[in-house]
Amino acid sequence: MESKKIKELKVSAIENGTVIDHIPSSAVFQVIRILKLEAFENMVLFATNLESKKYGKKGIVKVSNKFFKPEELNKISLVAPHASIIEIRDFQVQQKTIVETPDRIKGIVKCFNPNCITNIEHIPAIFAVVDKEDTRLKCHYCEKITTCETMEFR
Amino acid sequence: MKNKSLVSINDYSKEEQLHILDIAQEFEKNPVQTILQDHVIASLFFEPSTRTRLSFESAVNRLGGKVVGFSEASNTSVKKGESLRDTILTVANYSDLIVMRNPIDGSARFASEISPVPIINAGDGANQHPTQTLLDLYSIRKTQGTLDNLDVAMVGDLKYGRTIHSLVIALCNFNTTFHLVSPVELKLPSSVKMHIKERNLTYHQYTEMDEVLPKVDVLYMTRIQRERFSDPLEYERIKNVYNLHKGMIEDTKDNFRVLHPLPRVNEISVNVDQSPKAYYFEQALNGVFVRQALMTSILGIK
Repeated sequence: MESKKIKELKVSAIENGTVIDHIPSSAVFQVIRILKLEAFENMVLFATNLESKKYGKKGIVKVSNKFFKPEELNKISLVAPHASIIEIRDFQVQQKTIVETPDRIKGIVKCFNPNCITNIEHIPAIFAVVDKEDTRLKCHYCEKITTCETMEFR
Repeated sequence: MKNKSLVSINDYSKEEQLHILDIAQEFEKNPVQTILQDHVIASLFFEPSTRTRLSFESAVNRLGGKVVGFSEASNTSVKKGESLRDTILTVANYSDLIVMRNPIDGSARFASEISPVPIINAGDGANQHPTQTLLDLYSIRKTQGTLDNLDVAMVGDLKYGRTIHSLVIALCNFNTTFHLVSPVELKLPSSVKMHIKERNLTYHQYTEMDEVLPKVDVLYMTRIQRERFSDPLEYERIKNVYNLHKGMIEDTKDNFRVLHPLPRVNEISVNVDQSPKAYYFEQALNGVFVRQALMTSILGIK
């Protein structure tokens, strides 16, 4: 309990909004980009390389006055498959959920194949998620597999 | 299968694929008819192709249909910067069915989703070439009398060869035992091997073909391209390892047949051609019947 209290203090609490916890440290900036927080106008707090009992190191993002739709949040499962989502109202935890990897991804990831039609004509890439654990995405058009290592976000 | 585009071999179920082969068999007996006389087929070849384009066009012509289109993109609106979307939407106004070869991966799937008329993929980049697969299945069934429980060797460039990938996936429906012969650097990709493993089928991998030949019913040869190798000496070495000559097929089974999607370079010696076990030119002829079957069933005539 003691250590949890100190950890929480490293990133200030928010009154209302969403906390995204248990993000791999290396994926914090990707989460910010996927959720389009770069252009967000309210307060956004984030930290990386926090100590975590479960994962060693972790990152966290707190977004004031914003409640996401599940389909928006599920997009981050590609880079943060074990993230937990905590809804805060009046400094109190309202709801705690875990992200779910969707079966189909549209528009957020770029197909790694430079000769894929999605990288040549202006059409959004669509993928079937063929492996949720290792994040393997099969392109609906060129049928090639984009993996964690080759993944780029639009 | 009326109006159903064919982009990837898996777009058609096993039953649908077999249905096409059955219709192709009828066309083989009677390839000249007038059943397409009221139809216009667009043949859009954005990159050169000999066999595929000519066999499609021959298939249409022998059934009395008309072909419009181009055999290379250089003197078309594509050169002026027209998008594929615009080309397809325009050509769909002039035709009942579009046959397309395009160097971009996934272009055929995209075209099939925006086109008001059905699309047959005649090769999209390194991705798929499903009509080749259907004619390969037809050729295997015709020479072996069945598609079930065969031992099939695939030799050559298993990594980049799109005909290999589609054929492996299609044969997974028929309890095939696969003998995969390739240089280490050109092994079958795991994304294709995945299909074999999902069906719990047996496969063996080799780097040389001699020991495989007596065991198999079908030998499917492919060309190894020089540009796949960073080391030219390695290419020279491998080129000679994967050369089939007459002496090598003497101790094979009676039903053994050599298939090749063509064009060949030097992976099959010319002295194999006279052997009754060489089947690659008949295989190319089968492409006409299979394409007649496919087009007429998509147009709802068969």
